[in-house]
Amino acid sequence: MLHTVNKSPFQKNTFESCIKHAAKGSAVLLIEDGVYAALKGTSVSAEVQQAMGDITFYALEPDVNARGLKGKVMDGVNLVDYAGFVDLTVKFDRVQSWL
Amino acid sequence: MKFTIQVNEGPYTHQASDTAYNFATAALAAGHEIYRVFFYHDGVNNATRLTTPPQDDRNVINRWSELAAKHSLDLVVCVAAAQRRGIADADEARRNGKNADNIAPGFRISGLGQLIEGGIQADRLVVFGD
Repeated sequence: MLHTVNKSPFQKNTFESCIKHAAKGSAVLLIEDGVYAALKGTSVSAEVQQAMGDITFYALEPDVNARGLKGKVMDGVNLVDYAGFVDLTVKFDRVQSWL
Repeated sequence: MKFTIQVNEGPYTHQASDTAYNFATAALAAGHEIYRVFFYHDGVNNATRLTTPPQDDRNVINRWSELAAKHSLDLVVCVAAAQRRGIADADEARRNGKNADNIAPGFRISGLGQLIEGGIQADRLVVFGD
């Protein structure tokens, strides 16, 4: 399953809920303010890194760039454009939007 | 692959409608089909043709209308959500005794069944909201 998270983990707990529910082999795509979860050196970075073994993380690059966060994304988070977003929804059989 | 897209938020306050639009254009560019776009809750505010943003800003509503015209998209607005928020087509305006309608080109007003059917007919349902 593909999960999308569109809120900062410092604003809402949807990211927290998402990674607790995401099963092994699933993917999490961070979009809109959700991209803040992809940053290096934050209070959730360690949690993201720990989850990386079971979950693949992606962040929507246009949203990363729009927020001036280019170069601040932690290693292991894959950047995708909108075409990549579409490809992820094709690759996974269901999409869960955490709103 | 067939997609149904659900938009739960209005334009300009949230990024949801922009993200949904960018996703839709990317899906169409990749050769996929958009079976339906369903506007629900505050998402119905994407369907008023009276919106007049500043000229140097994007026109979220016209963008949807233009995309619908270009790709024959089915843009469906939830009737109950629309009535609450003052979005009406000619039929709805007449039915509810209003003296004007405001629905933008390419949008149509229908029921929640259209969302369910869209979810059944499409291979993927992708939801955008706040």
